[in-house]
Amino acid sequence: MLTKALLENLSKNLGLNYLRRGGDTLFKMFSRNDNNVNKSKEVAKERLKLVLVHDRANVSPQFLEMIKGDIIGVINDYIEVDEDGFEITMTKTKREQDDSMVPALVANIPIRRMKNRKK
Amino acid sequence: MGEVIVITSGKGGVGKTTTAANIGTALTLLGKKVVIVDADIGLRNLDVVMGLENRIVYDIVDVTEGICRLKQALIKDKRYEGLFLLPAAQTKDKTSVNPKQMHDLCKKLSDEFDYVLIDCPAGIEQGFKNAIAGADKAIVVTAPEISAVRDADRIIGLLEANELNNPLLIINKVRIDMVNKGDMMDIEDMIDILSIKLLGVIPDDQSIVISTNRGEPAVTDDSSLAGHAYRNIAERIIGNEVPFLDLNVDEGFIRKFVKKLGFKLS
Repeated sequence: MLTKALLENLSKNLGLNYLRRGGDTLFKMFSRNDNNVNKSKEVAKERLKLVLVHDRANVSPQFLEMIKGDIIGVINDYIEVDEDGFEITMTKTKREQDDSMVPALVANIPIRRMKNRKK
Repeated sequence: MGEVIVITSGKGGVGKTTTAANIGTALTLLGKKVVIVDADIGLRNLDVVMGLENRIVYDIVDVTEGICRLKQALIKDKRYEGLFLLPAAQTKDKTSVNPKQMHDLCKKLSDEFDYVLIDCPAGIEQGFKNAIAGADKAIVVTAPEISAVRDADRIIGLLEANELNNPLLIINKVRIDMVNKGDMMDIEDMIDILSIKLLGVIPDDQSIVISTNRGEPAVTDDSSLAGHAYRNIAERIIGNEVPFLDLNVDEGFIRKFVKKLGFKLS
């Protein structure tokens, strides 16, 4: 870690950009772009997939608000929930059968306290 | 009875007009009779890309309003046998034509021509609705950018909602050097995400800029790589099987390709 920081500092100060660009395999190890996950095309692909889940599902923020309101209405009889902390989003998840990505509606509902069911 | 093909993208600037001009010209080089219709009313551009801007007398709105006959508005490209342009109006807007009129116009043109190519305006409003109204088939042009692919996905949905099923994909402006470095989305990834059939891949090529400057489509330039890719697309449209320029397998080609781009980039 120290070596990496030193090298980066050194190359920056000396204007030796080729050090960071990784002309040499040794220096390539310190190059940020070398990590597959961080390649910008992977970032683009993931961001695109997520945005398309929303687009294709045709989910507007208003629509999600409506769902949120209804869910709160239903569970309010049993549980007191923290409405400000209530989060609902469209995302994607891995399907167990074949590991393919499928859209998912994920709700995070913080509970304040359970209500007494026997009224 | 000819085929009416709309060239669309949703997003602007991905190369619809260039694609329309090049595919149209390439089809005439294959012996077909082609008319390219500029449906971008108010933002006429196909005329300058094709180098026919000085020959316009009447336009598409004059035809739909009955000011002139269809034949009078068609501009014959004297350089290429069988190539015609129906220009857009520059001083009107998209509402000057309605989908019914476009549908009738396309029908009339398809009686006369082997291929009617419609250059669709950017967006999903009236201009898009007009452009797709008379189409039998659709080509979606995109580029390896999130914004362009996202818009392409939306357009594919809208096309299918309008019963234009199985649109074909053209991926334009591909820089294989950036793809190989991991800084541009892969062709396979984009096809996978959009899940439609690929019609062709066009490299980002400076010869396109040069040929557009001159008003001569790149397909007529034998040294142009993009021109080559467009000629292949025209072959596929008429039903010939042409293998894709597989950039990662064909060593000789890829070297030539990278070298070409390398010169441009440095």
